[in-house]
Amino acid sequence: MTQEATEAVEVPTQLPIVDYLRIGDDPHLAANECAGCQARYFDRRNACARCGKEEFRSVRIVDDATLRSFSVVYRAAPGIPVPYVSAIVLTDDGTSVRANVVGLEDPMKAELGMRLRFTTFNCGTDDNGTDCVAFGYAAA
Amino acid sequence: MSDAVWVLGTSMTRFGRYPELDAVDLASRACMDAMADGGVTIHDMDVIGAGTLFQSQTGMGQRVQKQIGQTGIPVFNVTNACATGATAIRTVYLSIKAGEAQMGLAFGVEQMGKMGLLRGGAKAEEKVFEAAGRYGAVTGVDGILGTETMPGVFAQAGMEYACDYDGVGFEQFARVAYKNHQHSTLNPLAQYRKEFSMEEIMGSPVQSYPNTLLMCCPTGDGAAAVVLVSEERLRSMPTEAQRRAVKISASVLTSDPWVESGQVQPDVNTLTRNAAAQAYETAGIGPKDLDLVELHDCFATAELIHYDNLGLCESGGAGEFIDSGGPFRDGRTPVNVSGGLISKGHPIGATGVANVYEVTTHLRGEAGDRQIEGAKVGLTHVIGLGSACGIHILEKATV
Repeated sequence: MTQEATEAVEVPTQLPIVDYLRIGDDPHLAANECAGCQARYFDRRNACARCGKEEFRSVRIVDDATLRSFSVVYRAAPGIPVPYVSAIVLTDDGTSVRANVVGLEDPMKAELGMRLRFTTFNCGTDDNGTDCVAFGYAAA
Repeated sequence: MSDAVWVLGTSMTRFGRYPELDAVDLASRACMDAMADGGVTIHDMDVIGAGTLFQSQTGMGQRVQKQIGQTGIPVFNVTNACATGATAIRTVYLSIKAGEAQMGLAFGVEQMGKMGLLRGGAKAEEKVFEAAGRYGAVTGVDGILGTETMPGVFAQAGMEYACDYDGVGFEQFARVAYKNHQHSTLNPLAQYRKEFSMEEIMGSPVQSYPNTLLMCCPTGDGAAAVVLVSEERLRSMPTEAQRRAVKISASVLTSDPWVESGQVQPDVNTLTRNAAAQAYETAGIGPKDLDLVELHDCFATAELIHYDNLGLCESGGAGEFIDSGGPFRDGRTPVNVSGGLISKGHPIGATGVANVYEVTTHLRGEAGDRQIEGAKVGLTHVIGLGSACGIHILEKATV
């Protein structure tokens, strides 16, 4: 048996739901920003879809945002709790983010243009006891 | 002689549900009827463009050939989301434009049955979280990080317009559905032909606000086909065929250019605007010249924003346009007199061909009870998310 196989695997206590969510003491979103034209992407890109440059740097997305569009979803695939407020928010540094608006007592109270602030929450636990951390936006 | 391409024949099945038939049956029916409508046979065809989304890997074009005639001509099987049918037409159009074909058959077909909600996965209980994919997601994100379902995505497209412009809200979106359900009562080929009141539409179960059930297109089955012909070949045909032929004044296909918000929300606007600008310039006409429009109303929220994208109203004026009756069949620019996707139905691969069938039928003066009198110019528009936009401008023959 190899040395590697006998070492205990360290199980994380938390994992972010997506890799552009940074968790820990200072949770925030981070985007891959094109070094050429500053276009921002949350996913892994081979080259910039706007200018074609292949260099990217990681940038922090600010927490404050405005509700640009939303839909109150009442019908979803099995296992997804409804209703919820799906949203496109525009952060104060001009980055569009798709997330839920969370914490509204009545989801129909969502209003276009409302001010929002980034927040995180636990959205599940796996068999290893690892929590999944998600993000959303709450009324500011 | 011009190098214009013409619609010589066209047909569609009624949209609906055909559990006793398969997609090959539906497509074969539409193709044979389209060729008969044009007074030609499979032996006149030089090329086939075959569109289907959900059966895109089955060789649909060749399967249909085995029912309507295996003549050995090239077949292009195409798929382009909801723009699949328009892409099939454009494939044949380009073959004729390139001089490699004089006449060709384009069809679209889909058999969806009661497919229900498109996109958005059921939530699976992960045993162990593990990052995967280009976002490093450890679990499905639908419903946690916004919605991936179509009623929700298009609701957000409409609400973004409402955020930018006054006079747009739940009532305006509902009025779109009211119009299209009303229009469908005159169309014997529509999947549903029932008129609903505004109260019924606004009070039907909310799918993704502001889209209620009656503001969403149904899934279903159906096929549509067109025979396209070169100007040169058309002029060798009988006068009646030339009189009924409809000119394709513009055939455009665009994809979505980069926009800032495009990575989190499909942008259905920019590529439509780009396609419309190209189409109007190519055809040498403007939106005010259009006698009717068949546009992609997969959801009521989608139709409203395309009034603006296609230039049917002033910039920001889509709410006023619907409120003033502009897109109703007796309005300034009738939109979706077929009943649209919302009521005529949306068997995806067939849709882009079916809207060419609809406009062609009006330009020929053969649309029966739903005829827009004196129609000379029409526009068809489809959007496939991802994204692809197909626009065709059609003109009545002057023979």
